[in-house]
Amino acid sequence: MCLAIPGKIIDIDSRKEHATVDYGDGTKREINVSLVDVKKGDYVLVHAGFAIEVLNEKEAMETLSLFREMLLQEENA
Amino acid sequence: MFSLRDKKLAEEIVSNIKKSDVNLKFMHVCGTHQDTLVKNGLDALLKECGIEIGQGPGCPVCVTTPREIEEMLLLAREGKIVTSFGDMINVPGEKDSLRSMKEEGCDVRTVYGIEDAVRIAEKNPDRDVVFMAVGFETTAPTTASVILSEPPENFSILCCHRTIPNALKTIIEMGEIKIDGLIEPGHVSTIIGTKPYEFLSEEYHVPQVVAGFEPIDILMGCWMLVKQIKNGEAFVQNEYTRVVRSDGNPKANKIIRDVFESFDVKWRGFPVIPSSGLRLKNKYQDYDARLKFEDVLSELDNKEFREPVGCRCGELLRGLISPFECPLFGKKCTPETPVGPCMVSIEGSCNIEYRYADSR
Repeated sequence: MCLAIPGKIIDIDSRKEHATVDYGDGTKREINVSLVDVKKGDYVLVHAGFAIEVLNEKEAMETLSLFREMLLQEENA
Repeated sequence: MFSLRDKKLAEEIVSNIKKSDVNLKFMHVCGTHQDTLVKNGLDALLKECGIEIGQGPGCPVCVTTPREIEEMLLLAREGKIVTSFGDMINVPGEKDSLRSMKEEGCDVRTVYGIEDAVRIAEKNPDRDVVFMAVGFETTAPTTASVILSEPPENFSILCCHRTIPNALKTIIEMGEIKIDGLIEPGHVSTIIGTKPYEFLSEEYHVPQVVAGFEPIDILMGCWMLVKQIKNGEAFVQNEYTRVVRSDGNPKANKIIRDVFESFDVKWRGFPVIPSSGLRLKNKYQDYDARLKFEDVLSELDNKEFREPVGCRCGELLRGLISPFECPLFGKKCTPETPVGPCMVSIEGSCNIEYRYADSR
């Protein structure tokens, strides 16, 4: 029920209420984006037909290096 | 989309946990976490590292009470179009499930989200359409958003939304099991942020980590908890920074507050949990199926609804047993013939354990 799937916004209506997301596997779906501030190209987490959050791309890219850094700090502690 | 797989890094995290030489019990409250744990064999791996990790009441379908199921069944029997997420349809009530009633000719429809239910109402202006609004804070804003959009008059919801923080408080206070640390649900936290959990660390000195759903997220989350414990600390740490902000999603939180008020509600397997349910505020009562169909539902007044005979979902949801300790598991109770909701929902521990049994 709390499953949320990341998708990329590929189209958005002029009222910014609904958008089309591409889930990356060829699946596209219209979703409601009224809970988030989004623009075309953003990655969002989709739950029950609604985008619930915008994925922070920078954080996503840096997650693993951040973890590596934390482990390194531990070794040096 | 964003690859978060790194075997070497995962091995390093595991090795660090092992070196810590611990004997701990963690609880999480999310079916998707349980899925990641079981699918990837992480629960067994963590056990070897001295960490036992299990699911608490983290499955919205599973914690829905027998009474709420009977309310939905009664509305379907009375000729309403009943709409629901797929899992809910298979949850057995005392005699029927929504699926069995559909097979008998009742109008029960599975929807992907609440907006689909509204579209059904728009296409059927002469029929009453009821949506069974189940879910934690992740799902509640989707319901709130639709209520604020003034859906048609023939649409209403049977509100079964529940909220997580006070359920955690209750499970700690019940004291039935040892909880050395809590892995908080990533997508509930996407909405509420990290702050609503802080009181648990302050009042009960429980370390907490909000974690994502990749295997490495969970391993990292466990290691963060181990570190807090080793340092004698207890606070809320955010491992899922690529999605979760400390304040959560402010827009979603605002509409939850605008549309709902909290109230004391029973959870399956639990007593009444203070301020853990959401119900529509008075000004939205036209969309409240319990008020709209009060006369129909009064048939259930003063009736007691019990858990199915032999079903141990209640103990499972309180983290007291594993699916294997239930004598019905995999025998009388399977996804095809579920006795309790934990075998129905893809977020239920029993269903997850059953699905991955072959790869164990």
